[in-house]
Amino acid sequence: MKKTAQFMLLAAGLVGAALAAEKATPSPPLGLPPLPIPADNPQTPEKVALGKKLFEDKRFSATGDVACANCHEARKAFTDSPLHVSEGIRRLNGTRNAPTVVNAAYFDSMFWDGRSPSLEDQALHPFLNPVEMALPSHEPILAIVRTDPSYATVFEQVFGKKGATITMTEVTKAIAAFERTQVTGDSPFDRYSFGGQSDALTPAQKRGFDLFVNKGRCVSCHLVEQTQALFTDNRFHNIGVGINDIQKDVPALAGEFLKAKATLAEVDKKVLADKRTSELGRFAVDRTLEGLGAFKTPTLRNVAVTAPYMHDGSLKTLRDVIVHYNNGGVTKKDDPVNDFLSGGIRPLNLTEPEIDDLVTFMEALTSPEYAGLPSGAGTKAEVKP
Amino acid sequence: MNPTDAGRRYFLKGAGALAAASTLPLSLVKLAFADAAQDFTFAYISDAHIQHIEGTKFVRNWDRGLIRAVAETNLLTPKPDFVMFGGDLAQLGSKPELDHGGEILSKLRHPLHSVMGEHDYYLDLGEYWSKLFGPHHYSFDHKGVHFVVLNSVLTYDEWTFNRWPTAEQRMLEMAGLDNPNGSPFMVGEKQREWLKKDLEAVPKTTPVVVFSHSPLQKIYKGWNFWTEDAEEVQAILAPFEKVNVIYGHVHQIQYNQIGRISFNAVMATAWPWPYPATYAQAESAMPVLTVPMNRADPFFERDATGWQFIDMNTGRVTMKFNLYNNTNRVVAFNPATGRPEDRDFQDPAKRIPPQDHY
Repeated sequence: MKKTAQFMLLAAGLVGAALAAEKATPSPPLGLPPLPIPADNPQTPEKVALGKKLFEDKRFSATGDVACANCHEARKAFTDSPLHVSEGIRRLNGTRNAPTVVNAAYFDSMFWDGRSPSLEDQALHPFLNPVEMALPSHEPILAIVRTDPSYATVFEQVFGKKGATITMTEVTKAIAAFERTQVTGDSPFDRYSFGGQSDALTPAQKRGFDLFVNKGRCVSCHLVEQTQALFTDNRFHNIGVGINDIQKDVPALAGEFLKAKATLAEVDKKVLADKRTSELGRFAVDRTLEGLGAFKTPTLRNVAVTAPYMHDGSLKTLRDVIVHYNNGGVTKKDDPVNDFLSGGIRPLNLTEPEIDDLVTFMEALTSPEYAGLPSGAGTKAEVKP
Repeated sequence: MNPTDAGRRYFLKGAGALAAASTLPLSLVKLAFADAAQDFTFAYISDAHIQHIEGTKFVRNWDRGLIRAVAETNLLTPKPDFVMFGGDLAQLGSKPELDHGGEILSKLRHPLHSVMGEHDYYLDLGEYWSKLFGPHHYSFDHKGVHFVVLNSVLTYDEWTFNRWPTAEQRMLEMAGLDNPNGSPFMVGEKQREWLKKDLEAVPKTTPVVVFSHSPLQKIYKGWNFWTEDAEEVQAILAPFEKVNVIYGHVHQIQYNQIGRISFNAVMATAWPWPYPATYAQAESAMPVLTVPMNRADPFFERDATGWQFIDMNTGRVTMKFNLYNNTNRVVAFNPATGRPEDRDFQDPAKRIPPQDHY
């Protein structure tokens, strides 16, 4: 009740502001709240176009062939599906599955462990990570944008800056502005829940939605509200993925990590370089017991087209994901449960048809922009020996 | 240095420790206690309520709470000198429950001391528990502190020995809340005599820490948040300058000061008390309760449960609560007011507002 009332007050207050800003910012797609835009980085079409160009520029890497877009490919819903973990410079692998850029504008923090507070800050790090774009510093990027005529005029037009006055602040602001245009809603689920279109979901998907909010307990972390759905609580949970591989070594790994007193920039390098350190999850950032093996709740929008799943890409299909949760946080039924498993993760007693319904429901979260992409649902009908 | 100055010094050091502990829960903060070699900490886990269903099946929620507390306690650096288990390891005192709980506790990498809870006691009057965990009451000295463990969950002999046709029924009657057939807890005359003798040789300036399962003070009789002979026990402890009583049973943070005796309660790893009616979304093994708790996320079973580590650096107990899905809290003796306090919690702005919707 309280949440709804607060939201309505907020919404009433926003109407005036929204009308004034209508031309600059298009109204959000069905199912999404108004786009949060930082006051110091307003959206303009020119800035967005510049951001897109930067996002796709492969020169910003040690070998000249890795751009942001390599792992966040527009035609793959801004992921590198079907790779398990991303492939960066010289085909080196990181430790984590590329999260989609789509709707990242709504996240409270970036990266699977939330080590970055904003899209602007996030964009700084992959350039320097030795397994991603591997630049020794941001200088090579600045050298290009300060001298390349195709950038010079645009930077001056967008930011009123040229030559040495252009810094990474402007570069990352432009990239973030582009990323904020990648918001999609209007899925069959949105049309059913928020658009009054009662036939937008199939009967199986409607059953799946009921399981999603009730027996399946999914909605507790993948939030759906009265008027919108981000499908994330922006929090961190140990759901028994990855941490199981290092259970015995947690005291040693956690201890080493605390001793090292790593800065967040160092954390960025450590967690992508070493799978075992990676599995410490949120702990690498917040150093709390609660953070051990915990990762950020990802949105489920367009999830059917971004296989494989989980922070390490270890689960191939959505069906595998549901089975993992149905087992109470273990992928194989008889595997030991992680000591630090988050509360809330417990066996669900879903039947096989119920699992199928849930998977089918998740296929209804795909926005029209990505409707044609191959599905990673793995519904029973598709799984043939 | 006069006593006030000494108190102030400890207070300031305690305040520093508080900030550090909340950002670095894995690192116990080192504090000066006269001689640095005498500094020590211990961890306290309580009220696991391991519950047997049938065969090899146990209630998963309670298992997970204890498993997690043990795993986290094992991560503490520097290592705590020992771990206390505060009672109610089992739900109905059976061998399978005590064995299963004992197996989980055996993963602790620190020495263990145990307190008897009523859920451990009333099936076989603590016989099997004793085989696993030792005597029902005892004392030990550690780095200048005298520790006493009492069995405070005894009651009238007539109730224990003559009233019930079976041991199982006796156990169930004592496990009930607001049960007109129940009976108040007590330490009993025999144990009080033992306590008097035990403390005779202890200098009055030695810090004394008493572990009991029930509060050695009277809070609420219907749930046995109560010890019938609390005043008599307090009278035995009263001559000592620094006395700390730490009890389980209540599954919530409580603190109090009576005379020179500081009281601290510890959290349960099983379930919080009281809890909201909506706490259990699905069928669960939770006891039926009528009074709702004002918060506790109904989804996260670990919410409003926890465990604690304790430092004894001033000869007074400083309780650091590790709380899941919540802000960790510290209850420390405040020499300025002469009582234990959660100093952070005194500021209304820092309180977590009660949850009024579910």
